[in-house]
Amino acid sequence: MNSGNIVIKGIRQGLLVTLGDDDWDRALSSLESQLGENPAFFHGGRVALDVGGRAVSHTQIERVRSMLARDQVEMWALLSDNPDTQSAARELGLVTELTSSRRPGRGSARSSGQEDVKGPCAEAIVVRRTLRSGQSVRHPGHIVIIGDVNPGAEVVAGGDILVWGRARGLVHAGALGDEAAVICALDLAPTQLRIGGHIARSPEERPSQLMPEKASVRDGQIVAVPWPGE
Amino acid sequence: MAAERAGAKVVTVTSGKGGVGKTTLTANLGVALAMRGQRVVVVDADVGLRNLDVMLGLENRIVYDLVDVIQERCRLRQALVRHKHLSKLFLLPAAQTHDKTAVQVEDMVAICDELAKQHDVILIDSPAGIEWGFRYALAPATEVLIVTNPEVPAARDADRVIGLIEAEEKGPARLVINRIKPKLVERGDMLSIADVVELLAIELIGVVPEDQDVLIAANRGQPLAMAQDSSRAGHAFHDIARRMLGEEVPFQPLQDPGVFERFLRFISLERS
Repeated sequence: MNSGNIVIKGIRQGLLVTLGDDDWDRALSSLESQLGENPAFFHGGRVALDVGGRAVSHTQIERVRSMLARDQVEMWALLSDNPDTQSAARELGLVTELTSSRRPGRGSARSSGQEDVKGPCAEAIVVRRTLRSGQSVRHPGHIVIIGDVNPGAEVVAGGDILVWGRARGLVHAGALGDEAAVICALDLAPTQLRIGGHIARSPEERPSQLMPEKASVRDGQIVAVPWPGE
Repeated sequence: MAAERAGAKVVTVTSGKGGVGKTTLTANLGVALAMRGQRVVVVDADVGLRNLDVMLGLENRIVYDLVDVIQERCRLRQALVRHKHLSKLFLLPAAQTHDKTAVQVEDMVAICDELAKQHDVILIDSPAGIEWGFRYALAPATEVLIVTNPEVPAARDADRVIGLIEAEEKGPARLVINRIKPKLVERGDMLSIADVVELLAIELIGVVPEDQDVLIAANRGQPLAMAQDSSRAGHAFHDIARRMLGEEVPFQPLQDPGVFERFLRFISLERS
């Protein structure tokens, strides 16, 4: 997603928001309008903010943090090349590096695929693991999960969602307002399914024969059909 | 197989949800392993809410505790309480008068490193929850046992905890399903073993049937595993201990072998 010089993409730890070259006030107001236009996408998310080389003061950081907090978005990291900005962020208890999260191995090998995707071409990310309760993936483009989405896990995509496994948690496609987005899963039985502004629950009765299904919005309602089918 | 810390296994027993049987499992595994000749220390990491000492019947022998060791009021060896009947089993009790902020991750790691020099297995009984107590109980682990009951809330919390353990790159985490009631499973009123294993997708190391003797034993301070063959649950604890030591032990039928064998076949298919 790229508008008003702001680039947003999904990373392992949540969303990475990179402010462009605009001056601080303009960058902030375009971030604010992004938040206002797409509450469903941001709500409850965690954001790492990349401010580039800007010198950003304590007060400015506090202001952007509380602006995000108003929309239920937690800012947990502030990335910058500027040493003064970094130390201000650290004093406020923010993380200033993304790489420190994990040593290379199982965890980060998977996420590197996500982080390599840059800028406006950040169309799809692939998550090659099962999302367990309490874990979430958010990305403005499409999301492919190779694994299960367990109950209590969340997947929120601006575009489509494909789960090569069981989808049992909360799955939200088209969270930036795209009502044409689809959700496909080998076993589609999410706790809740959302496309754009529509919300549906899975039927209480599970069909005895499991089959892949595709959900989309038709005539203002979410419907799931066998996939492939028709 | 799992890594070891200075030659010893450090096994953290955890669950997320409270009341699923972590402390019971820790006490009984400690007993079962010690009966098999292992030098065992069970560590009560539930600072402020200790009860591993009570289950082992050692409450009145405690002089020093974990926090005394950390705050250097005594040496580690002075705080270890030897079991009444099993000379190879020791308890490192939790403090009752402090809270969990008295323990740091580095303290637990240092204590386990020290214990590992003299013992074969260190079992850490983690507090419930995913907060601080869980963090320091997990830090020194070379293996993790996840305890759950065949109920949706317990399984959900176990899933959450497994996610956190994977993120910390701890493990391998193996699963103990505690308090299964075969009759309820048969009637479809309880999650089956296969349901739980399907959701959690980690290796199953033990299934403990519901047994009221477990509770009676806990009240008496005499873990059921002390008498290995007197009960199904006691037997199940010994089977877990043997599997921890690398033995191949077939799963015991819970009740009706026909039903249980179907589950097992399902589980082994899952793993292959």
